[in-house]
Amino acid sequence: MTAGTGRDVSGAPGGGATGLVCPAWGGGMEGDAGPGDARRALGHLVEAVLASRGEANAVFDILAVLQGYPANTGISPQSEDQEEIQEAVHACSRLFGALLARGELFVGQLPSEEMVLTGSRGATRKYKIWMRHRYQSCCNRLGELLAHPSFQVKELALSTLMKFVQLEGEHPLEKPKWEGNYLFPHQLFMLVVGGLLSPEEDRSLLLSQFREYLEHDDIRYHTMQAASNTVARTTDGRPEVPLTFWNNAFMLLSSVSLPRQESTLSSFYVKHTELSDKWKVVHLKEHRKAFQQMWLHFLKHQLPLRVCKKVLVIMHDSILPHLAQPSLMIDFLTRAYDIGGAVSLLALNGLFILIHKHNLEYPDFYRKLYGLLDPSVFHVKYRARFFHLADLFLSSSHLPAYLVAAFTKRLARLALTAPPEALLMVLPFICNLLRRHPACRVLMHRPRGPELDADPYDPTEEDPAQSRALESSLWELQALQQHYHPEVSKAASAINQALSVPEVSIAPLLEVTAFEIFERDLKKKGPGSVPLEFIPARGLLGRREDLCAQHFTLS
Amino acid sequence: MGKARSAARGKASAAPAGALGGRARPNPNPFEVKVNRQKFQVLGRKTRHDVGLPGVSRARALQKRTQTLLKEYKERDKSNVFRDKRFGEYNSSISPEEKMMKRFALEQQRQHEKKSIYNLNEDEELTHYGQSLADIEKHNDIVDSDSDTEGRGALSAELTATHFGGGSGPVPGKAAQQPSGGEEPPKSRRELIEELIARSKQEKRERQAQREDALELTEKLDQDWKEIQALLACKTPKSESGGGKEKPKPDAYDMMVRELGFEMKAQPSNRMKTEEELAREEQERLRRLEAERLRRMLGRDEDAHSKRPKHLSADDLNDGFVLDTDDRRLLSYKDGKMNVEEEPSGDSSGGDSGEEEEEKGEGWSEGGPEDSDSPDGHSDLESDADSEDARSADGLVGRESDGVEVRAQLQGDQRPSPGERLPRDDRAAARAQLPYTFAVPESCEELKSLLSGKSMEDQLLVVERIQKCNHPSLAVGNKAKLEVRWLSPCGTRSGQRPGSHGTDGHRALAVFAAGYFPWGRASKRGLDGCRLRKLFGFLLEYIGDLAVSDPPDLGVIDKLVVPLYDLCQMFPESASDAVKFVLRDAMHEMEGTVETTGRAAFPGLDVLIYLKIAGMLFPTSDFWHPVITPALLCLSQLLTKCPVRSLQDAVKGLFVCCVFLDYVALSQRFIPELINFLAGILHMATPNKQSQGYTLVHPFRALGKNSELLLVSDEEDMATWQRRSLPLQWAGGLKAQTETEANHTRLSCLALCLALVRRCVLAYGTLPSFHDIARPLRALLTEHLATRCCPPTLQELSRSVLTEMENQPRHYRPLVCEKSKPVPLKLFTPRLVKVLEFGRKQGSTREEQERRRLIHKHKREFKGAVREIRKDNQFLARMRLSEIMERDAERKRKVKQLFNSLATQEGEWKALKRKKFKK
Repeated sequence: MTAGTGRDVSGAPGGGATGLVCPAWGGGMEGDAGPGDARRALGHLVEAVLASRGEANAVFDILAVLQGYPANTGISPQSEDQEEIQEAVHACSRLFGALLARGELFVGQLPSEEMVLTGSRGATRKYKIWMRHRYQSCCNRLGELLAHPSFQVKELALSTLMKFVQLEGEHPLEKPKWEGNYLFPHQLFMLVVGGLLSPEEDRSLLLSQFREYLEHDDIRYHTMQAASNTVARTTDGRPEVPLTFWNNAFMLLSSVSLPRQESTLSSFYVKHTELSDKWKVVHLKEHRKAFQQMWLHFLKHQLPLRVCKKVLVIMHDSILPHLAQPSLMIDFLTRAYDIGGAVSLLALNGLFILIHKHNLEYPDFYRKLYGLLDPSVFHVKYRARFFHLADLFLSSSHLPAYLVAAFTKRLARLALTAPPEALLMVLPFICNLLRRHPACRVLMHRPRGPELDADPYDPTEEDPAQSRALESSLWELQALQQHYHPEVSKAASAINQALSVPEVSIAPLLEVTAFEIFERDLKKKGPGSVPLEFIPARGLLGRREDLCAQHFTLS
Repeated sequence: MGKARSAARGKASAAPAGALGGRARPNPNPFEVKVNRQKFQVLGRKTRHDVGLPGVSRARALQKRTQTLLKEYKERDKSNVFRDKRFGEYNSSISPEEKMMKRFALEQQRQHEKKSIYNLNEDEELTHYGQSLADIEKHNDIVDSDSDTEGRGALSAELTATHFGGGSGPVPGKAAQQPSGGEEPPKSRRELIEELIARSKQEKRERQAQREDALELTEKLDQDWKEIQALLACKTPKSESGGGKEKPKPDAYDMMVRELGFEMKAQPSNRMKTEEELAREEQERLRRLEAERLRRMLGRDEDAHSKRPKHLSADDLNDGFVLDTDDRRLLSYKDGKMNVEEEPSGDSSGGDSGEEEEEKGEGWSEGGPEDSDSPDGHSDLESDADSEDARSADGLVGRESDGVEVRAQLQGDQRPSPGERLPRDDRAAARAQLPYTFAVPESCEELKSLLSGKSMEDQLLVVERIQKCNHPSLAVGNKAKLEVRWLSPCGTRSGQRPGSHGTDGHRALAVFAAGYFPWGRASKRGLDGCRLRKLFGFLLEYIGDLAVSDPPDLGVIDKLVVPLYDLCQMFPESASDAVKFVLRDAMHEMEGTVETTGRAAFPGLDVLIYLKIAGMLFPTSDFWHPVITPALLCLSQLLTKCPVRSLQDAVKGLFVCCVFLDYVALSQRFIPELINFLAGILHMATPNKQSQGYTLVHPFRALGKNSELLLVSDEEDMATWQRRSLPLQWAGGLKAQTETEANHTRLSCLALCLALVRRCVLAYGTLPSFHDIARPLRALLTEHLATRCCPPTLQELSRSVLTEMENQPRHYRPLVCEKSKPVPLKLFTPRLVKVLEFGRKQGSTREEQERRRLIHKHKREFKGAVREIRKDNQFLARMRLSEIMERDAERKRKVKQLFNSLATQEGEWKALKRKKFKK
């Protein structure tokens, strides 16, 4: 029927010493159709196996159900199939859990089955080895079930595997090399993580289930190791890695969060009677190393832009603080910074932390920042973040005047294409720059200057030093004084007078949206009654000289 | 020396001693006077303690202490207390007589209780001031004074003589006579008294008679006066008598009539104005309105909102209002009646030249007022007929043929649909089928049910009738308001034929209205005006429904704008709220999608039409306006958040651009989004995308599936294309187009885009950084021209736009800040505080002053009390010392006496002994 049954044949004589016989009840199950019956039948089987070693061959029946070959040969609907598999998973979990706890599985390097069976060793040993092989195949099958279409099955498989991990950790299947050796079921765990990081399918739901295991320190540590291994293995030799893999990997990696203090490294998933100080798992430093290793292995690959953006968004908050050596991120960040556009904007944040806290020397930083300023800056999603950082970068009073003037002029140019909500933020921003750097006030106040034919400022020049911004004036703001929105007009008119000394905080202005301005305007009450148009309306398109009437007709 | 001083003191003390009888101390002993010498004379300071009499005051204090403290001290060990239990002895509120009475009563009571309970017969002895009354009664010369109660205070000489001094004079004589007759003196005395009594009685009677006479005379005089008074003021009593009955139910009709009468009488103060005056007034009004608009546009009145511009309030419009059209003469006013004879002439000219007039741009302002007048009158007459229950179309027409004619003519005049006009009779018949009065719909659904399924004209008529039947002026019944409300919708266009105002418009109209409205009905409809308020919102909603219907019924919307405008003029607040509401709805919907996806689809035609209508109802040039500013933001959102994905989107976007530019047509304000959008549209129409010199912003992408949406490559379509206006309906539901049509639409869009670019160039040419603003447009245009992929007319257009762009001045004058006032240096000038009163702490509030005063007072009182206590103690100590000394002296004296007596005794004893011894 299956490979399992084939092995059954070979296994039966091996266990002959203990009376391993294939029982005849297999046919009895065929009559049962309902899942309740299946559960009962599987329960009997498990009890039989646990009761006497002679019934060990019943394992094959359980495994057969687990494989998805239901005992009844008829074609059963998908849902029943699922339920049977779930029952089988439950049964396996009970069976092998009990076996692991009893220590009835072979411990140590596992010899191949044929070799053991042909050899003449003790029957108990044979039984243990044989059972260990069954356990192995069960785990493999559970790993395969992580890709099952039904989420319930996946979830169950995951929790069962994790249970095995726990039990195996408590009753290790390999011999400790020395006293107090830390043993963890690495292979089994690799199986789990490998199943999670599937290149084919989006596993975000399963990953969010997995997240709760990550609260345990040992699981987290081994996840980090396993993840970096898996990433290495998946990308190895493959030219094109699918996006789903990166998404899954990012999902897993981003859900790893290290504790801030060392003192809390004691919640272990695998229960140990005593924690040894020699183990790597108990040291936060080792965790950090693993964390860093994991991210570096992940980020050294050519990531898709969307994943790259996601990484950059969480970079400053949840990656950089936990790295053992944050400056190693510089490669990734500079690469991202050079990509341009929104990715560069996002990379700024990480770069800023490196420059600010880790003494990173970044050549031409301001020049690149200057290059980032293009009209799309006002329209992207990360506008608030970008201007918050730009405000930080330009807050130093030691910047040369030409640089600040170039930034000011560039921002003013861009303001000519900006929507009102951005203007309400960028105009105070410009005024703040002028306040911070009195040398730049020539931009708004140049008495006795000659009248010019053209603006000396060169917007196409990439080097702020060459842009001749200091010779120019902020004519753009003068134009914006004619803006249709009254608040923008007022903000732009600030340069008409000498600027007041205290800076205007732009923090509350960063997140303002057009809708908020709209609501504010709606709520604002004017004094007295509403002014009305005194020229009577004639029709929908208005008067003759109106553009609508000139260019549109009603029919 | 000592003697001399003592002599002087003796003298000095002698003088006050002598004077003591009169005043206390007019001239104190100079040796007892202590003078506190002032070192400096301070002006205005009150000196209270410059002179003191320490000796005197000490003596007084000592005396007081002896009376109080010493007494207490002496009685310190005594527990018995002397208590004065005399009734009311220390009660000053009881007068002495009362006190005596009470004491007497108490005494009687006490006696009664004790002894004489059973003593029935014994009368108590009555006393008067301690004397027994029985004794007093024995005097027989007591005169009964009852007789002279009248003449109290005016005692006759004889009486006086007899009573008091009388004894002295006649007595000697009588005394002389007495001895002669033993019994005579008592007799004569009695006689005298009787005489006296008789005389006084007579006097009394006379006086009484006199008084009665006077009384009689006064009464008579009063009566006479009353008669005369009645003659003089006969009105007052009448009103008093009649008012009681009539006042309780004043007839509403009477009141109304009287009110009207008074109003009519008050009117002549308004002189009929001549044409020149009217023209001048009109010009003045328009100039003022324009000035107001400019002021608001510049946003200078942010702080100084002194008063609303007059044309806004209802009362203001009637001020300078004039109907500036020829049709006004239909409503001319002659001898208090409406003059309708001239109508026919107007009819012929008006009906035919309707379109021409519209062309000139005058037709509307002419038509407005009459439009609003005539149907109203009509409906009112109709409702009259209704009440009589005898209504038929024919009879109606017959009865008020004049009115109908006016209306028909006017409506023909004002409805800009001359082609569909029915013959007059047919139309009248058709109208008659519609009900003539409508209640204001309570909900939008009601309005829809009223309007749905009717032709355009009927719909308009229904709206108009709702509006007229429920006019708020009917509720108020106030002429001034009526004028305003009636005339406000017919605001005139500026500068058009200022000389052509035929008649005194508002006057004529007022009379017209007065004639048409039976006043008695006003109260009945009072509440409808408020309900009319909601009509604006319902109409707006209805328009929205029309706009999203398939196909959009733009014709009706076009006509409904006029009543909307009228309603808006009537109820600015509710209209602005309604417009805000629809705008908020639209924005909210858009915001929802923008939040999630970052972009939104272009909204339906209804939002665009709302925005357009908002621009017509409210002044778009204001610096800040409660409706227009949000509307501008809404437009901006449409241009920045809605990507152009189809030709329909392009048409919509361009329509939004048109509306946007119309909004800022007067104020010439700068719209960055618009420039971006036009650049994006141009980009879509440009074939090769080198993308040099410009960058596209958010809703547009340089490359992508829509980046060549407006590109036309078909030569044939290009050749057959003709420039014409885009139908707005396409923005609503554009479908079933052939490829050629689509291409033509594309080219039209491009042409419109170019026209808008040109408009922008003209508008923003003067902005200081115009060339930077227009840089992307210029780059696109040059690229576009270079590809030569559009019809020659468009190439021509773009070339001209380019040249205009180049021709704009390039003036870059360096910016200079306005000079600000220099900040004054800090100076250390003394702080000057105005001293209001010396001796009082200054510079604090009243409460603080009061507090300080109390603290000060407490301190002083405390010190004084301490001093007093100390002095008391000294006094007591002194007293104790003197007591002890006294006691010691007494003892000494006694001891001495004892020794003395002992010594004598001893001496005597010795002497006796010696005697014995001698013997």
